[in-house]
Amino acid sequence: MSLHTLSVAELSAGLARKDYSAVELTQHFLDRISLSNPVLNAYVTITAERALADARAADASRAAGTAGVLTGIPVAQKDIFCTDGIRTTCGSRMLDNFVAPYDSTVVERLSAAGTVLLGKTNMDEFAMGSSNETSWYGPVRNPWDHSKVPGGSSGGSAAVVAARLAPVATGTDTGGSIRQPAALVGISGIKPTYGRVSRYGMIAFASSLDQAGIMAPSAADCALFLQTIAGFDPRDSTSVDRPVADYAAELTTPVKGLRIGIVKEFFERGLEGPTGALVNAVLEQYRALGAELVEVSCPSLPLSVPTYYVVAPAECSSNLSRFDGVRFGHRCENPRDLMDLYKRSRGEGFGAEVKRRIMTGTYVLSAGYYDAYYLKAQKVRSLITAEFKAAFTKVDLLIGPTSPTPAFDLGAKVDDPITMYLNDIYTIGANLAGLPAMSIPCGFDGHLPVGVQLIGPHFGESRLLSAAHAYQSVTDFHRRIPAAYV
Amino acid sequence: MNQQSVDAGWEVVIGLEIHAQLATRSKIFSSSPTAYGAAPNSQANLVDLGYPGVLPVLNREAVRMAVKFGLATGSTIARRSVFARKNYFYPDLPKGYQISQYELPIVAKGTLDILLEDGSIKTIGITRAHLEEDAGKSTHEGLGAASGIDLNRAGTPLLEIVSEPDLRGAKEAVAYLKKIHTLVRYLEICDGNMQEGSFRCDANVSVRRFGAELGTRCEIKNVNSFRYVEKAINYEVVRQIDVLEGGGKIVQETRLYDSAKDETRPMRSKEEANDYRYFPDPDLLPVELAEDFIETVRATLPELPDEKADRFCSAYGLSRYDALVLTSGRDLADYYESVVRAAGGIPAAKLAANWVMGDFSGALNRDNLEVATARVSTDLLAGLLARIQDDTISGKIAKEVFESMWADGASADAVIEAKGLKQITDTGAIEAAIEAVMAANPGQLAEYRSGKDRLFGFFVGQTMKATAGKANPAQLNDLLKRMLAP
Repeated sequence: MSLHTLSVAELSAGLARKDYSAVELTQHFLDRISLSNPVLNAYVTITAERALADARAADASRAAGTAGVLTGIPVAQKDIFCTDGIRTTCGSRMLDNFVAPYDSTVVERLSAAGTVLLGKTNMDEFAMGSSNETSWYGPVRNPWDHSKVPGGSSGGSAAVVAARLAPVATGTDTGGSIRQPAALVGISGIKPTYGRVSRYGMIAFASSLDQAGIMAPSAADCALFLQTIAGFDPRDSTSVDRPVADYAAELTTPVKGLRIGIVKEFFERGLEGPTGALVNAVLEQYRALGAELVEVSCPSLPLSVPTYYVVAPAECSSNLSRFDGVRFGHRCENPRDLMDLYKRSRGEGFGAEVKRRIMTGTYVLSAGYYDAYYLKAQKVRSLITAEFKAAFTKVDLLIGPTSPTPAFDLGAKVDDPITMYLNDIYTIGANLAGLPAMSIPCGFDGHLPVGVQLIGPHFGESRLLSAAHAYQSVTDFHRRIPAAYV
Repeated sequence: MNQQSVDAGWEVVIGLEIHAQLATRSKIFSSSPTAYGAAPNSQANLVDLGYPGVLPVLNREAVRMAVKFGLATGSTIARRSVFARKNYFYPDLPKGYQISQYELPIVAKGTLDILLEDGSIKTIGITRAHLEEDAGKSTHEGLGAASGIDLNRAGTPLLEIVSEPDLRGAKEAVAYLKKIHTLVRYLEICDGNMQEGSFRCDANVSVRRFGAELGTRCEIKNVNSFRYVEKAINYEVVRQIDVLEGGGKIVQETRLYDSAKDETRPMRSKEEANDYRYFPDPDLLPVELAEDFIETVRATLPELPDEKADRFCSAYGLSRYDALVLTSGRDLADYYESVVRAAGGIPAAKLAANWVMGDFSGALNRDNLEVATARVSTDLLAGLLARIQDDTISGKIAKEVFESMWADGASADAVIEAKGLKQITDTGAIEAAIEAVMAANPGQLAEYRSGKDRLFGFFVGQTMKATAGKANPAQLNDLLKRMLAP
């Protein structure tokens, strides 16, 4: 049986035809997980019992005639989404013992749609990292090459989809955490417009940048799942009350006449190698499909990394203050006094990268430095947003690479945070401007996959998905599965 | 230290920060109830506990109340205000930051007129009023070496009202504080309960030589009664003057008032002060107020204390002082006006004022009752005034009648009847009593007639005694004058 090679639409049709039950489908993935997870380390928690219970409920719902498109489809949740009664670690020792008392909106909506929860996926600690190596639970391995990283922070979600240990996974993207790992493992990943998906119940890293999205082999799979999680949520003040487009119906909108902007700044530096060539081939493919290619410029874009590394740590330094050992999470043994409780609980509970960002963030917000760092970064952020906005008056979508290089060796960059941070050079801009963006596989550099990035205007998810789908209709990179996991 | 030094050429400069708890049903950012006195932590939900992943949602009612206050003080209502995070660690601050407003408060630049002891009016500037959430409470009693945290109060909406340093002494500060207290209760945005902490204040106090630059200030924290505010400021002023006259310097610090010892003590100095690292809260959108919202709120404004006092002066012919006393509470003012109406209108206005301010308010204070719970209703009091006006009883007898009415809620007529207190207006009866008194006191009569006018009072007293106080005083006067004349 090769159920794991089918798309979400095919699985849905199979379930509807009763070719297999949701329980059988779920068991198939649980078997694959128990076989491969020990090597990949992609799931932190496997919720086998819950999955089978969900599957039985899905089968019952189908028998009762109340099943929807996603009823019975298994899904993996990034361990940043709170799941009622299930441990939610955020990849941190701090939350190793934390059982969430409620469901995040994303989890709630996917449960309501009848999906089956396979487990919670590994991730960089508090989503801070680009290689999944900052996780308290150890690094995730790239299914294409176990000596390589899967990218991060949604590295576990990326790996489970690439190795087909789940048909679909959720991710979150603060500076590229969906797109970069999607590129590094050869799958599709979409980060929607900021405010399109509720952040309620998603453990915050940098609130003004965090956005939940979907990781799956194809844009078509992403469309079906995004449909379910998108939409206004009164529990998140930053979620936007605006109708959600019918992504599946609009998926086949043709590319002909689409104006695609080639962002000059994306192609200026460090794209001499195979990644550059592969991305250029994508441009040719779109031209062949009838798209019009236009060069555009966002001159402030090169400032996005330093801007991000002021704004994101500033917000995280405040967001992570609630982890104080008092009400939940890690608490040190025998605190002498309050200060000792704070210092040791936090000192023991957080890893090095999280501490580095908390300290950076505390510094940039402190008296006397606020204007020079935080305020200036916000100004650059406005500038970048305005430049993107101007670009979208000329074109419908923007295109560029997702990551400067394919997957790198485990351990290669752990001691060099600056080099690590530069992994996000192409992805951060969309977060700063709140734009929807997506990475899709576009070929291989040797045996390692490479991704290309599409960026849309605010609430342009539908256009992103249909452009990606058009490309995937004439290519098969998204269907490639690492040999060990076929 | 001695009180005299206050007068020795020093000017006292005070600014108040008042925290008024807004009378909303639920908290400012969560749906938990705000009622006082519930079992510890029974009114704290996941948002109040600062759980991972939860998000604040602004309570519109709190915004409406803040706007109401702003309109009532002639302030500028910010069309756009921003919530900011004030970061510091404390066990009763679950998130590690307090959501407040910093650079862009919702209300700014207002004024309030207060009445000084010399009868003049002084305008006090209101710098700003901003919305924020309250913290929880730490308790240290009955828990051994441990401390308890009660988060029921965490997230309760507060309006922090900051005055300009316009107040020039403890008495002015108290007058301002009382005026704000009156105003927030008029507006029905705060219950004003100081014991439960719904209305409390911090006082910034400094002294300087007249004409000199502002001196270094100390902040006296959390004083919760009018009397303590006055005492705390007076103590602090004397302390500062003593330090300066002794050649010392004032250290900028936060001090606590100990009412048992009647002194202020340092709490923490500026060196130990937190750097709060304020920055805009990315979980909340800026509060943008439409003109029609502001106008809707304006339409709900009641007659304000100053307007009401003006009207009481002009419509009822009351003195400024009486009008201010009667309008110090909305319930008292309403009570007064009902009494006037029931007692026949304008002709009864002054008599009603004397009774409402005098015996009625005195009895309320003595028995610690509210206007609403007093047993003498407006109709009952009007009934008593009618008997005074038609000379059934004298003012003195009326006090006795009032006490009976207060005790058992009976009508004035019933008390007068039961106790036989009806005034004697029969001229013959009063003349007979006077004759008897003259006959019994020949010596005094001779002295009076030989020019000792002062003895007139003696005869009034004796005759009143003889009639058990029931003789009509005016009639008695007339008859005595005539009959005593030589």
